[in-house]
Formats: sequence, C-alpha cells, structure tokens
Amino acid sequence: MKLGDFTRMTGEWLRGEGPLADVVVSTRVRLARNLAGYPFLTRASDSERTEIYRILSERIAACPFGRDAVLVDLEEADALDRELLVERHLISKQHAEGAGSRGVTISAGETMALMLNEEDHLRIQGLSCGMQVEEVWREADRIDSELGAHLDFAFDCQFGFLTACPTNVGTGIRVSVMLHLPALKLTQEIERILRAARDMHLAIRGLYGEGTEAAGDFFQISNQTSLGKTEAELARSFVDSIVPRIVEYERVARTALARTRGQQLDDKIWRAYGTLAQARMISTEETQALLSPLRMGICMDRFHELDLPRLNEIFLLTQPAHLQKVLDKSLDGQARAAARADFIRSRLES
Amino acid sequence: MHLVCQRCKKARATVHITDTFPQKREWHLCEECAGEEGIIRKQEDEAFLEKTQSTTALLQEFLKHKSAGSKLDNVTCEHCGITFREFKQQGLLGCPQDYTTFREMLTALVERAHEGATQHVGKVPVRADTTTQKRLTLTRLRRELQEALKCENYELAARVRDQISELESV
Repeated sequence: MKLGDFTRMTGEWLRGEGPLADVVVSTRVRLARNLAGYPFLTRASDSERTEIYRILSERIAACPFGRDAVLVDLEEADALDRELLVERHLISKQHAEGAGSRGVTISAGETMALMLNEEDHLRIQGLSCGMQVEEVWREADRIDSELGAHLDFAFDCQFGFLTACPTNVGTGIRVSVMLHLPALKLTQEIERILRAARDMHLAIRGLYGEGTEAAGDFFQISNQTSLGKTEAELARSFVDSIVPRIVEYERVARTALARTRGQQLDDKIWRAYGTLAQARMISTEETQALLSPLRMGICMDRFHELDLPRLNEIFLLTQPAHLQKVLDKSLDGQARAAARADFIRSRLES
Repeated sequence: MHLVCQRCKKARATVHITDTFPQKREWHLCEECAGEEGIIRKQEDEAFLEKTQSTTALLQEFLKHKSAGSKLDNVTCEHCGITFREFKQQGLLGCPQDYTTFREMLTALVERAHEGATQHVGKVPVRADTTTQKRLTLTRLRRELQEALKCENYELAARVRDQISELESV
C-alpha cells in the first residue's frame, strides 16, 4: 500500500459507527515503550537512533501484525505525506516535524499505528470509531505482548514501563476519546463540563491532539495518570463513568435545544449547509466549524441531506494535505480555499 | 530604592527566592541571571516546552517551584550523563537508568503527576525475570486484597489471601 492510496479510504476511526457514535467520534489507546539498554531519544546518538529504528521495524515486520502492515519511513517521506498522516491521526504533529531516523507502521484498515522513535522508542496506538476503549486496548496490548516476547522493554519494579517523560511511566497507557459536543457548546455548559473533567485528572485537547485547540466542537479527553492503576482499571473508568456521563450531558443538551430552540437549531444547520453548498472559497477551519452542526443534525435525525460516512469523508479530504493529494497538485493559500470550496460543492451535489 | 541583582551586580533584581537547603539564604536576581541559573525558564525554553511537551505542563509547574540550586541538581547519571538540573530544564529524561539514579527525586515528582501513586500495578513485561514477576504479582494481589476488604467482599478477600500465601511459599 502506498501513501497515495490512503486518500481513497476514510480510515477506520472516521467510519461514523460504533457505540455512542452520536457523540463519540473515535477512540484511541496508546502504549509507550522503550528498549532496555538504549538511551531515550533525547540522549541517543544518530547511530543509536538508527539501530533502535532497525530493531523495532524488523521485529514488527516479523510478528503476525506486521505482515499486513506498511512501514512509512518518515525521514524519507516528504512534508506533504507527513502532514497527511497527521490529518489521519496516525502520527502526532511532533512526530511529523521531528528529525532523524523515525517512522510509523500502519495496519491495513488503519486500526493500528506504531510510531517508531517519537518521544519514546515505540508508541503502539490502536484506533477505532465510536466508543471502544476496552476493545482497542486489548488489541494494542496483544501487539505489545507479541513484540515483548522478543524485545526487552525498559522496566522498573517501582515505576513500571520506563518512558522519556515521567508523566507516562507505569502502564505507559493513554486512552483518548474524541467527543463531538456542539450542544454543550451552544448552551454554554461546555466550560463547566471541561472543568469537571480536568478535576478528574483528565486532559482536554483539540482535534489533532497535544498542543492543538478544539476545532468545530471536537474535544479529545484523555487520562493523565498512567501509574498506580492497572490498564484495565484505567480503561474501565472511561467506559463506566467518564464518557457515558459526558455523552449523557450532551444528549440532554441536544434534547433541550430541540425542544426550546428547534427553529434556531434548524436554521443553524441549514445555514451551515447552505454555506458549504454555495461557498466559492473556504478554509479548513470554517469547513470543520460548518460540518459540526450538520453532524449534530444527522445524529438528531433532523438533517437528511448527508449521512455520517459522507460527512466524515468531506471532513477528512478537505484538510490541506488530503485536498492536495486528492487533486494531485500543490496548492497554496487562496487557490486551496477555492479548490476546497469546489470539492465540497461537487461532493454535496453527487 | 530597589535591589540590585546579586549575580551580575547590574540589573534590577526582580526574582526573590529563599533557599532552605543546605542553609536558609535569600537570593535576589534579575530575570536574565535567574534564567541562567535555571531558577526561572527563559523565553526560548518556554517556546521549546510549548512545542515539544504540553503533556508535561504539570511536571514543569512542579519543577518550577522546586527550590533551585540545591545539591540534588548536580546529581549526574553515569550512563547517559544527564544531570537532574538538565532534566528539570527539558522535562525529558536521558535513559532508563535515570529512574534509578534520580529515584528519590523522581518518586516525589511521579507521586504528584499520578494522583499520589508511586508504585506500578499494571502489566509486567512478558520477558521479565521470575523474581520481578513474583514481586509485582504480590504487589497487585495485596492491592486487590485491600480493595476487597474495603468493599467488604470477604469471599474475594479470602481467595486473594490464599493466592498471596501460595505465591509467598514458592
């Protein structure tokens, strides 16, 4: 599979299905691991870095998971391809912009992406659409065990799996759930909910993970604690309390909006649709901000011009790198905004 | 009348700290010198941190308030050469051995970052030696026993206790 092929698929996490899909867009679980006997990347020489990359990529290729997966060498890949992978949530921005020997192994269906030489030597990430924390964790855990049967990971009896940053030690797990919370935003309850989440030691991030702002009412909620609880306990806390509670708040807010401000809600949805269907120039940010009420409209059964898979496709393919890949030309600034508007119109007409 | 920086003896001192270790002592420094001394972060450090590790905001916050210039800052890992001061500045460790070299300091930090936890109770690597496996399984079981007793689930507690004694006798 080549990188260009990616633009023909939407990626598992954007299928628009799965449990609680009206609010939960996707689930991601990552496990951070480092090879014993090697420095962390901050102190690794170029040759050590290359050796770590070689050991990991060979081992991944040899395990059952690796047979159907594709390894992308990010040192070789051009900037547009790296950006494409960020837009698909397969690598972090930090990994795309990094330097030296590094890469990512992506499974068929994009349900697994293993980052090599990011902040840690290895970051096993599982992805899925909807709310599937335990399923995704089990899959990541299985790959960790497959690799761990042949590799010695840095481990300490007190601190558990050792990571470059002490905030990730222990299990090395980070569970992230991407939530779409337009109604809580509209009713101005979002701050209260996010504050409560922060009080529960959860981190709130934007659409593209660390260091990004929430765009188009999408929020990523993840655990900050990775030590002192088992992986299963951490996963369960998302399944049992954290996520269902926020989903419930969002659903209640949606119902209340429909009851008390139904007309305004429909107006917002249709104006967004009108703009998308008629605009001659549009930015990624505006596109995402307008797709947000449409997504809510679809999930509330008030808007039927689009379904979730088609909306997700527009969402994904209108991002800068995807758009240029799909159209197979390099576009900047204004030309890109015009091409994006054309692309959206053609998708909405079909 | 304002204080002059004790380090450069030129600029106005705007950073005032009291060191309690090894003895009580007051420091008055200008921003530039405080940055040089690693007491406050310089602007480029801020930008670096912002870019590379927003996860470590909590950690940085903690480190910022730690007393500067303490003896511990100069502890050096003999494997990778990083000093504790360098770790405090960049927020990332140099090698797995650092967790042993800086154990005492890191335990305090980890405790703060992980809601008071200082002991791993999760997965044990497949290839860990039997002593490690046994030690961590016992840690996990003892924790389960406490939990069971807290929930007054005495049936489960008894089962876990049996497992503990069985493992201890091996």
